[in-house]
Amino acid sequence: MTSEQPPDQAAAPADEAAVAGRERLSEQVARTGMFGTETTGDTSGYGGLMIRRPPALSSPRPYGSYFDDLADELGTSLEQAGLAFGDAIERVVADRGELTFHVRREHLTTVAGRLRDDPALAFELCTGVSGVHYPADSGRELHAVYHLVSLTRNRRLRLEVSVPDSDPHVPTMVRVYPTCDWHERETWDFFGLIFDGHPALTRIEMPDDWKGHPQRKDYPLGGIPVEYRGATVPPPDERRAYE
Amino acid sequence: MTSRTEPETEGRVYNVGGQDWDEVVAAADEAGDRPGDERLIVNMGPQHPSTHGVLRLVLTLDAETVTELRPVIGYLHTGIEKNMEFRTWTQGVTFCTRMDYLSPLFNETAFCLATEQLLGITDRIPERATVIRVLMMELNRISSHLMAIATFGLELGATTVLLNGLREREKVLDLFELITGLRMNHAYIRPGGVSQDLPSGAIERIREFVGLMPALLGDMRKLLDANPVYLARTKNIAYLDLAGCMTLGVTGPVLRSTGLPWDLRKSQPYCGYETYEFDVPVQDTCDAYGRYLVRMDEMDQSLRIIAQCADRLAGHRQADNRVMVADAKIGWPAQLALGPDGLGNSPDHIKHIMGQSMEALIHHFKLVTEGFRVPAGQVYAAIESPRGELGCHAVSDGGTRPYRIHFRDPSFTNLQALPAMCEGGMVADVIAAVASTDPVMGGVDR
Repeated sequence: MTSEQPPDQAAAPADEAAVAGRERLSEQVARTGMFGTETTGDTSGYGGLMIRRPPALSSPRPYGSYFDDLADELGTSLEQAGLAFGDAIERVVADRGELTFHVRREHLTTVAGRLRDDPALAFELCTGVSGVHYPADSGRELHAVYHLVSLTRNRRLRLEVSVPDSDPHVPTMVRVYPTCDWHERETWDFFGLIFDGHPALTRIEMPDDWKGHPQRKDYPLGGIPVEYRGATVPPPDERRAYE
Repeated sequence: MTSRTEPETEGRVYNVGGQDWDEVVAAADEAGDRPGDERLIVNMGPQHPSTHGVLRLVLTLDAETVTELRPVIGYLHTGIEKNMEFRTWTQGVTFCTRMDYLSPLFNETAFCLATEQLLGITDRIPERATVIRVLMMELNRISSHLMAIATFGLELGATTVLLNGLREREKVLDLFELITGLRMNHAYIRPGGVSQDLPSGAIERIREFVGLMPALLGDMRKLLDANPVYLARTKNIAYLDLAGCMTLGVTGPVLRSTGLPWDLRKSQPYCGYETYEFDVPVQDTCDAYGRYLVRMDEMDQSLRIIAQCADRLAGHRQADNRVMVADAKIGWPAQLALGPDGLGNSPDHIKHIMGQSMEALIHHFKLVTEGFRVPAGQVYAAIESPRGELGCHAVSDGGTRPYRIHFRDPSFTNLQALPAMCEGGMVADVIAAVASTDPVMGGVDR
């Protein structure tokens, strides 16, 4: 995994395609070669190919569907609480028919509280939190993803909080959505995200004395080679993979 | 045999081996342990027959009243989500079907809908595949609800209900075996469609089933609906109202027993549910009996949907029988067929790739071993499983394997509501409360 410096094109005219191209080239290399294999020779002739990580999405307005209304209503609601929309929400992503607010962690409970209590928003139900581990995304390795539903307005919304691995603290949502109790315990158990203020943040799926957080990317899957009719099949995480 | 130890951290501990309750009481009296304190902490499970698998309930009892209940889970954790990160998107179905083993087809559909949404091919799934998915899901809803009601009966002491329920469920499993080849863990619904078309004669068998079931369900209702013992064990038991459901994230029949007609098939339709005619049954009793009635009524509605599916499938033009997306970069290259050594790739396909076209062989090999690439992004696909909202949060980094899959299993969330339903009630009602939420531990622990 090497990161190439973007070619110097400061003098180039600032047309959109050139800017987009420069942004693309400044991203980290996600994989190289045609097949992503590292164990055997890639004979395709595409060994020097570098596939870069897609840039962090941030959708411009209009977001489409009910998303613009929702963002406006949340902005108004946050202002009443003395908070600017841009301060609380760092990015808005409207992708594949779903809306995501990337919330700064210090404002998570305020945003969630407004989303639940403001009649214009009315997100009564939280369907839990899901952790995601991005070891390559330095400074934002751990993400907590919340999915909210408004039964009154029949809308869905995703909140995403990202925190560094060195400081994996997220304020608990249990006071706003008590259903997050077990979900946060699960996310702590599997990812090591610490939910500050949770009433009893203990392991839920793994045994109490377990070491490590199994669903992080740096935690091995484990497994043993399997012998079948004389041939040995390596465990799944050691087989050839096409990334 | 009673033994007594005194570790510093836990106070005095009595180990009870059974049939020696008098010894324990005598020993406690002798030791002068908290005279007058009737509190008793009991571990129910993890191997208790009425906890639907390996669920452990730590009950604090004051005589027969439950003062505190703490569910303990994790005994069936198998790391399905982690395992899926090491397999292709198509292989993922084989794993997630084993989560909630009473509703495997819902797990598969949730995962496939998420994958298809990531791929952006939701609109290109063949009509026939979507109808088959709906058909299979509704059959599965019936088998799951039958199991819920059958075990509910058994746990309250009614073995007839269990035997009737399992007998009726067997009819659904026979249909599954005919269509998918397996009674459970089907891996039948795949990203892009379903693994194979219905076999000949399936529509007739389904219609026969639809004709047969109302009478059998009617028999069950005759046995239970007004049964005084059943009513005494379920009415006003395990009460949880709408505010409680919203707070604790409870969905499915438990939510609909509070009077709110929230069913994702109606409110946020997927798989073309908006084109079917059916009702959302509700009750307003908020108790175990209401949940039973909701499940019974839902089975009737499922039969209505199945009949409509059968009509649509029978009416399909013969030329339009694709059940996998037409995109050759995604759709599984081979159709399954029954050969002399069992179900496998069709002989025509083998002949084509082995004898006629090198490119077809390469294509087959690449797609099957490497899998297809899914554009980077994340989606959340939710469907209405028999137990509530089953959500699949899928994250892709652009590779051939999921970057992260998380299932929001309804049983997991609904179990959280047990203390709210049981505390302050009788210990015997704990069993009714557990059964009325219908948790499946395979789904809870994943």
